[in-house]
Amino acid sequence: MTDPIGIEIRNLYKIFGANPEAHVEAVRAGMTKAELQARHHHVLGLSDINISIAPGCIQVIMGLSGSGKSTLIRHINRLIEPTAGEILIEDRNVVEMAPEELREFRRHKTAMVFQKFGLLPHRTVLDNAAYGLEVQGMAEAERNRIAMRWIERVGLNGFEKSYPSQLSGGMQQRVGLARALVNDAPILLMDEAYSALDPLIRYDMQTVLLDLQQEVRKTIVFITHDLDEALRIGDRIALLRDGSVIQQGTAQDIVLRPADDYVANFVQHVDRGKVLKVGAVMQAQHGFDALPEAAIAAGASIAEALQQMAASRLQALRVQDAEGRAIGVIPFQAAINAYTGNAYTGNAHTESAGTVA
Amino acid sequence: MTWLTSFPQLKNAWLRDLQRIIDDAFRSFTRSYGDLIEGLFSPLQTLLIWFERLLLGTPWPIILLVVAGLAWGASRNLRVVIGSVVTLVLIGLFGMWDDTMKTISMVLAATLLSIAVGLPLGILMARSQRVQRIISPILDIMQTMPSFVYLIPVVMLLGIGRVPGLIAVVIYAIPPMIRLTNLGIRQVDPEVLEATDAFGSSAWQKLTKAQLPLALPTIMAGINQTIMMALAMVVIASMIGVQGLGQPVLRAINNQYFTMGLFNGFAIVGIAILFDRISQAWGKRLQKHHEARHD
Ligand SMILES: Nc1ncnc2c1ncn2[C@@H]1O[C@H](COP(=O)(O)OP(=O)(O)OP(=O)(O)O)[C@@H](O)[C@H]1O
Ligand SMILES: [Mg+2]
Repeated sequence: MTDPIGIEIRNLYKIFGANPEAHVEAVRAGMTKAELQARHHHVLGLSDINISIAPGCIQVIMGLSGSGKSTLIRHINRLIEPTAGEILIEDRNVVEMAPEELREFRRHKTAMVFQKFGLLPHRTVLDNAAYGLEVQGMAEAERNRIAMRWIERVGLNGFEKSYPSQLSGGMQQRVGLARALVNDAPILLMDEAYSALDPLIRYDMQTVLLDLQQEVRKTIVFITHDLDEALRIGDRIALLRDGSVIQQGTAQDIVLRPADDYVANFVQHVDRGKVLKVGAVMQAQHGFDALPEAAIAAGASIAEALQQMAASRLQALRVQDAEGRAIGVIPFQAAINAYTGNAYTGNAHTESAGTVA
Repeated sequence: MTWLTSFPQLKNAWLRDLQRIIDDAFRSFTRSYGDLIEGLFSPLQTLLIWFERLLLGTPWPIILLVVAGLAWGASRNLRVVIGSVVTLVLIGLFGMWDDTMKTISMVLAATLLSIAVGLPLGILMARSQRVQRIISPILDIMQTMPSFVYLIPVVMLLGIGRVPGLIAVVIYAIPPMIRLTNLGIRQVDPEVLEATDAFGSSAWQKLTKAQLPLALPTIMAGINQTIMMALAMVVIASMIGVQGLGQPVLRAINNQYFTMGLFNGFAIVGIAILFDRISQAWGKRLQKHHEARHD
């Protein structure tokens, strides 16, 4: 198993059209997507994207349709050529790789799951799953053995001899997932991989992904429209609009401190009680004369905290870290405020506040 | 007012000179390079003779068995098998067996040659917009030019016989092969190609593992059309010495042997249907994974 590796996206621009280079400067100087479209008939795909994805972390990218999510993820393995900027992976700039080097990079460092599956219709499930290894030149018996393991892992035993057209959409997507996992690449790119699945299977596949992430830590870029999905699996979330990053940070940051109305709209229907963690809304211990007796873990949700306080009629709880040390206090009112989405009154957590773009 | 009713044409003398200059140039080209070109094409001669010997030398029951086997393998349909065998038996009973074998060997050789040349050309055309812009109009000309016209230079260069006949047939029959290979490859789902790219396929891997297999049903349709056109051209090519069912037809026209023409004509129709059914059934079976699609 390979060590996880990070992805560094710096000043990335993508302009679609006949002569994209000519307009980079104008976009750098602040021309908007609408202006570029109206005046020069070029489409602004991405504008000044800076995202740094830590090794072994799940980075979720969200945004409305047409905001540039697919364009962005396709830059990471250079299925789309950028107009300007760089993408650094293991100290190499993907943008400058020669064709041969790029091919090796795609074979060994990245694997991708597509929204519309992208399966080879003339190949069986097994041959589809083994495709990545086949391209690498691995012998048939060996690659089939590995592919079978992952086909079983995504719950498709017995279907390995079927053709994609004989499977339901959800099953085809699992083939896509198996095909990507078979490669055992350190970077996994998932473009709305679960959008075509029904809610139950989707939850199931999220669990598969999270379980896998416990076993084999990969760096995962995950695109979704679904906020609940983003909050469940994302270590960090970036929100795109018109090709620009509007906000990035942890799920807590984005729910608690939306950068603008666009983001606020995105998060307004989320179940805050479940999503928000005690650790993100607690207050510093100084300023309290005596710490409360009853304690709660920083990783617990505020719904749990409220339940505990209501059950024992307490006004506040002591917040503990994993080792049982007291790290803060959560008053009943602060928990209620966070739960209902009233103006956040606690003293902002410096670590997370600093990451708001 | 005669200049209005008769089109003002170039002087007759000029036209005659122009024609003579081109003809002379071509003739001297033929004189100096004819042997060389004939040498280049001599492997075709070997191929053709080998094919003809094979088909004529094999005992007829074996040919019937092989055709039945091919029909079954391609279609898995008993009616196609019986139809093919009955067609050949009738042809044999009416005394046209040898001519039919000659025609079939010519058509098979022309088809193989068309595939060997047309497939790479079609692939090139699919890969490059510029190649497509160059080849497309040439194919248009090849398909609309009356076939008798390009018999002339072929005969001037190579004389009369099997090889010039084969070349004439291939020129006539190759365009659908090229066109449909190009079309088939261009029609492959870009999402599938993107996926093969994402896993690091080389251009060759992409071609052999995705583009060609997915284009195969369309390519098969091209092969089918090529066979049909080769068969049609074989009759015309009999004018420059191609043996087979075309020759009796030609003789029948010259001597007004109505029944003889009719029999040979029906034999051609018979093997056309036979080829068509077998190659189409095969193409359909290649396509079965696509047809099961329900989304
Ligand atoms: N090849 C292209 N040529 C021109 N414009 C393009 C091209 N590809 C994408 N675009 C434009 O770039 C923008 C972003 O497209 P993209 O597909 O990345 O959106 P998305 O966020 O993935 O949307 P969705 O959620 O619908 O998949 C859109 O305005 C789109 O029209
Ligand atoms: Mg998209």
